[in-house]
Amino acid sequence: MSSPTRQRAERAATPANPSAAPSEGRWRSLPSPLRHLLLAALGLAAVTVLLFVTGDLTALRVAAVGYTMLAVAGLQLLVGGSGQVSLGHGAFMMIGAYTMALLVLYQPMFPLSVNMLIIVVVAVVAGIAVGAATARLHGPYLAGATLILAVGLPGLTHRYHDLLGGSNGINVRTAGAPPLLQGLVTDSEWKALVVWTVVVVGLAVLAVVSTGRLGRRMRAIRDDETAASMAGIPVGKTKVVAFVIASAAGGLAGGLQAYVLGTATPSTFTLALSLTLLAALVLGGIGSLWGALWASIAIVYLEIWTSDLAGSLGLSRDAENNLPVVFFGVVLILVMRFWPLGIHGALQRLALRIRPTKSR
Amino acid sequence: MDHFINLTLNGLASGATYAALALSLVIIYQATRLVNFAQPALALIAVYTAYTVTQLTGSYWIGFAAALTAGLVSGALVERFIIRPIARTSQLNAIIVTLGLLLVVQGLVGVVWGNEQHGFGYAFSYVGRFSPANVFALGSVGVVALLLFALYRFTPLGLRMRAAAFHPESARLSGVKVGLMLTAGWAIASFIGALAGMLAGPPFISPNVFDVVFVYGITAAVIGGLDNPFGAVLGGLFIGLGMSYVSGYAGPELATLAALAIVVVVLSVRPDGILSRPTARKV
Repeated sequence: MSSPTRQRAERAATPANPSAAPSEGRWRSLPSPLRHLLLAALGLAAVTVLLFVTGDLTALRVAAVGYTMLAVAGLQLLVGGSGQVSLGHGAFMMIGAYTMALLVLYQPMFPLSVNMLIIVVVAVVAGIAVGAATARLHGPYLAGATLILAVGLPGLTHRYHDLLGGSNGINVRTAGAPPLLQGLVTDSEWKALVVWTVVVVGLAVLAVVSTGRLGRRMRAIRDDETAASMAGIPVGKTKVVAFVIASAAGGLAGGLQAYVLGTATPSTFTLALSLTLLAALVLGGIGSLWGALWASIAIVYLEIWTSDLAGSLGLSRDAENNLPVVFFGVVLILVMRFWPLGIHGALQRLALRIRPTKSR
Repeated sequence: MDHFINLTLNGLASGATYAALALSLVIIYQATRLVNFAQPALALIAVYTAYTVTQLTGSYWIGFAAALTAGLVSGALVERFIIRPIARTSQLNAIIVTLGLLLVVQGLVGVVWGNEQHGFGYAFSYVGRFSPANVFALGSVGVVALLLFALYRFTPLGLRMRAAAFHPESARLSGVKVGLMLTAGWAIASFIGALAGMLAGPPFISPNVFDVVFVYGITAAVIGGLDNPFGAVLGGLFIGLGMSYVSGYAGPELATLAALAIVVVVLSVRPDGILSRPTARKV
C-alpha cells in the first residue's frame, strides 16, 4: 500500500503540531510523554468548558464523540500506523462493553478505575490472541478474517445466554455524579467528563506510541515489510503489538460506552459498526489523530442531523430510518472521490493555501 | 448417519451459493486488486428487481432473467462511474468506496421496499432430501463456473480480459481496451453475484439478507486464494460443508466463529490461500 497518496498523507501528517509560537523550541524540547499529557489536559479543559456551555442535553453526545474517538484512534494506529486493515474493531468494543457490564453487575464494589484497568487487561489478552492468530495474514486476507470475527462474536451472546443475556444483552445501572458534586454537575455531564478523562489519557498514550520508536517501526513495516525486516525490525512482533494496542483502545472505548449507556447488547456491535469505524477513519483522514476527531464527530452527528432532517421533512418511517445510512454512504463516496486524504487532508491543504509560508 | 448425509447434501447446496459469491469476488479481485464489499449490494439490487418483476408478471423465470440482467448492468455501471475514478488513489480508499456503496444501496432498498421482510420464492420445490431447489443451486453454479472457465480459456474476449487483469500496460500497448475489459469483468462478476443472490435469497428477502452469506463468500474466497477461481469454488464447497456440520452438530450460533477458525488455520499454513503459488518479487 505504498501508493503516492499514502506518501503524501505521510508528508502532510508530519507537521501536525499546530503550535508555531516563538516558544516552539522549548515546547519541542519537552519529553514526548509530558508534551502529550499537557495537550491531553488542555483537551480535557476544552471539553469541560464545552460541557458547561452546552448543558445537560448534549452531554451524552459529547460522551459518544469521546468513546468513538478513542476507538477510531486505536484503529488509526493499526491501519494508518502499521498498515493492517481490520474490519473487526467493533468486536473489541464488544469485549470491552460486556466486561464492563459484567463487572458492574457482579462486582458492584469495584471502583470505575479498577474496572477500566480490568477492561484493558481483558482487551489486551483478546488482542494478543487474535493478533497472534492473524499475524501471518496480510492485506485483504487479514481484512477478511477480522470481518468474520466481527460477525461471529455477537453469536456468543446467544450461546452463553445465561451469562451474556442473549439478544437483550446486559442492562446495568452505573453510578452517576459523586455526592459532593451533586449540585454542580448532572449525572450525564459527570459521565461525559469521566469518559473524556479516560479518552484524553488514552489518546496521549497512542500519540506517544505513534511518535516514538514503535510508531516508526510500524510505519516502516507498513511501507515495505521486507525492507523493514532486513533493517532488523521484528516484523511479526511489531504487528502483534500494534494489534494489541488497538484492541486495548477499542475495548476501553466499548467499556466507556457501556458505562455511559448502562447496557451492552449484541445488536450494538454489528458488522455495520466495525465497517463504520474503518470508513469514518478514512473519511476523517488517515495518518493523524486529528482525523480520528473529525471521524468521530462525523459518526455521531451525521446520523443525528440526517434523522432530524428526515423527521422534519415528514418522510415515511422507512425513509427516516434509512436516510442516515444513505447519506453516510454518499459522503464516503464523495469524500474519497474528491478529497482522497479525508477531511484532515482537505483542511491541511486549505491551511497551506491560506498561509503558504508555513509549508515546510 | 442419516443426519450426516442430510448435512452433507445441504452443505453442498449452500456451498454452491458461497462458491458463486466467492467466484464473483475473485473475478473482481483479479481485475482490479480490490475486494468488492459492494457485492451484497449488487446482489440486493438483483433480487429486489426479481421480486418486483415477478410480482408484476407473475412469472418466476422472467424475474430471474431480470435479476441476472440487473446484475450485469449494475456491475458495469458501478465499475465505470464509481470505481474507476478512484481506482488510482489507494486500495484502502477503494475499499471504503465499496463500503459506502453498500451502505447507500442497503439504505435505498430500505427506503423503496421497506426494512421488513418480503416473501421470495424458490425456483423449484425445496422439500425433501436433496430437493430440486438444491439440485438447481448446485447445477446452475456448476454450469456458470464451467462457462466462465471456457470464456477465460478459449475465447478472444477471455484472453483480453486476462491480459488486462495481469499486465495492463502491455495489454494496452497490444491494443486491448483495458478499461472496457475491467468493465466486462465487473459485469460478469456481478452477474454471478446476482445468481448467488437468487439462490441465497429465499425464503425471505430484506436489506440485510446477504450479510452473513457474503461473509461466508469472503471466507471461501480467502481460503481458496483471492487470485484463484478454482480455489474460490473449492473454498465455497468446503465452507458450505463445514458450516453445515458445525451448525448441525454444535449449534448455528457458532458457525461464524468456526469459519474464523478455519480461515486462521488455513491461512497460517498457506497465507495466500490453498491454491496459491508463491510469488517472487524484487525489493
